[in-house]
Amino acid sequence: MSTLTRPSRRVDLFTLGTQILLWSYAAIVLGPLLLVVSNALRPTREIFKNPLGLPTSPSFESFVKAWEKANFNTYFFNSLIITVAAVLLATAVSALAGYMLGRYRFRGSAFLTAYFLAGLMLPFRLAIVPLFLLLNDMGLVDSRLGLILVYAATGIPFSVFILSSFFRQLPQELSEAARIDGAGEFTIFGRIMLPLVRPALATVIVFQFVPLWNDFFFPLVLLRSTDKWTLPVGMTRFFGEFQTDWSTLFAGLIITTLPLIVIFLLATKQIIAGLTAGIGK
Amino acid sequence: MLLSRSSLKSRWRAFFSRGGVGHNAPSWGVVALFILPAFLLYTIFVIWPLAQSFYFSLFEFKGLARGPFVGLRNFRELFTRYPLNEQLPRAFLHNVYFFIGTMLVQNTLGLLFAKLLYKPRCCKRFFQTVYILPYLISALVVGYLWSLMLNPLFGPVNRLLKAVGLGSLARPWLGDPATALPAIILVNAWQWVGFPMLLFSAGLANIGEDLREAARIDGATRWRLFWHIELPLLLPVIGIVTVLTFIGNFNVFGIVWAMGGVNGEPAGATDVLGLVFYRTAFRGGVDAFGLASALAVLMFVFIFGVSMIMVSLFRRWEANLR
Repeated sequence: MSTLTRPSRRVDLFTLGTQILLWSYAAIVLGPLLLVVSNALRPTREIFKNPLGLPTSPSFESFVKAWEKANFNTYFFNSLIITVAAVLLATAVSALAGYMLGRYRFRGSAFLTAYFLAGLMLPFRLAIVPLFLLLNDMGLVDSRLGLILVYAATGIPFSVFILSSFFRQLPQELSEAARIDGAGEFTIFGRIMLPLVRPALATVIVFQFVPLWNDFFFPLVLLRSTDKWTLPVGMTRFFGEFQTDWSTLFAGLIITTLPLIVIFLLATKQIIAGLTAGIGK
Repeated sequence: MLLSRSSLKSRWRAFFSRGGVGHNAPSWGVVALFILPAFLLYTIFVIWPLAQSFYFSLFEFKGLARGPFVGLRNFRELFTRYPLNEQLPRAFLHNVYFFIGTMLVQNTLGLLFAKLLYKPRCCKRFFQTVYILPYLISALVVGYLWSLMLNPLFGPVNRLLKAVGLGSLARPWLGDPATALPAIILVNAWQWVGFPMLLFSAGLANIGEDLREAARIDGATRWRLFWHIELPLLLPVIGIVTVLTFIGNFNVFGIVWAMGGVNGEPAGATDVLGLVFYRTAFRGGVDAFGLASALAVLMFVFIFGVSMIMVSLFRRWEANLR
């Protein structure tokens, strides 16, 4: 009898321990995030009195202050324009190149594939000095366009990698049939192939958006005027100026992160697919 | 997520050798129209500047203007000029600590969570989603968020410690040189732990259920199953995680900036190579660009070289196990 019950009780203890561990870590992740939300909704005075308390009368005053007084409206739209433009540009050119490299073998195609993929391992930031001089010569320092071009270029290796392997998997018969009907290469690409790789396009778009929205290094170096700053660079000035106004600081953190949370909730699958792209498939 | 169990090497070889499926490639003009936009953008703004770094490191700069060829003088200056000669080795050491700490804490936890969440259990999706969540947040935001959390006066962390009777542990985490770097390493792990978890989960899913079944029939305990079957088969994923952690940790920048400032406060206790590089290039003297290019070359060669060595070591290790 006892030999029968003992193993199952041990399993129960193991399961219980596991559940406690998993819930505790979930609390460590969510605790600070919930605290940010709760503290953004109450005045700094209350936060200092009790950092762990809940808002007694929630107010969005701090959000308004961060948005208007701390220039988050400007930073937000700069981030949005720069990120969206760079992602669209990188995706468009990568889809074209990925299609050609995925579907056809021609002289130099293996080299070109390797050339694009090498970028997956290169630390781009180390090239900042020549890049700065190059953009300076082109008149693109302190310009949103300059940053868009740089960001789009850094997104190409990952996008070509994902898209070319998706294009490769599409059946040959599809394009053959269209070609017999007299369709040109661009028609086959745009009308037949591109709609079929929509899941890969979604992965590429979502997965590029996150790091570009969050990037701090390139705008720090390449943008000078505050009216062109993106959210992360704006954040550095904001944290100096509003040092003692914690409620507004927390509101600023939320404004910066909110679009990403929305994307995450809409596209968890694409984000996970992007993160595991190295070993997936 | 269909995963083949072949090694990374053979997968990459397959990727290249498959080239393309179509045999009647279109004319060169059409090929060029498809390839050139990406090729030019990537070459002009990524490859060309990287290549130029090597060239520029051999010249003296006066502000933005490139001066005479000076051979390896910029490299010598990095190790002889004060304060660079002191900051550089110290920052390098901090990056090494960062890597070791991250491997021990973040990646071990990632593996543990992947293993615990491999079996179907309550709220599995919820845990996975929550653990990945901080990855989305900007490193700078994570850094600022935790510097508020760890604030010695009004920070919730110290308040919480006092509230549960552990007040003696409360300290100015980021103000004390002894705890500042470990604190940043832990915060960075807090942000990134979901990434190794996802990779290890994919790796575990890749191990055939029949293999586990066979081991169980042979009477293997849970622990022996993990240690003798699962862990060796996860070696390719461990390799990927190690290399990516190495590259990421030697490029760390935003989170340290937010928690330790541009100089890696307190007193340089959190200074890392990324910050030294930024200061050398944009807060340095008139010849900053030459020096920074030399530093970029050294960092590039080191990061790329060590990654390559790691990849080949893991491959050999994998081959020995087979």
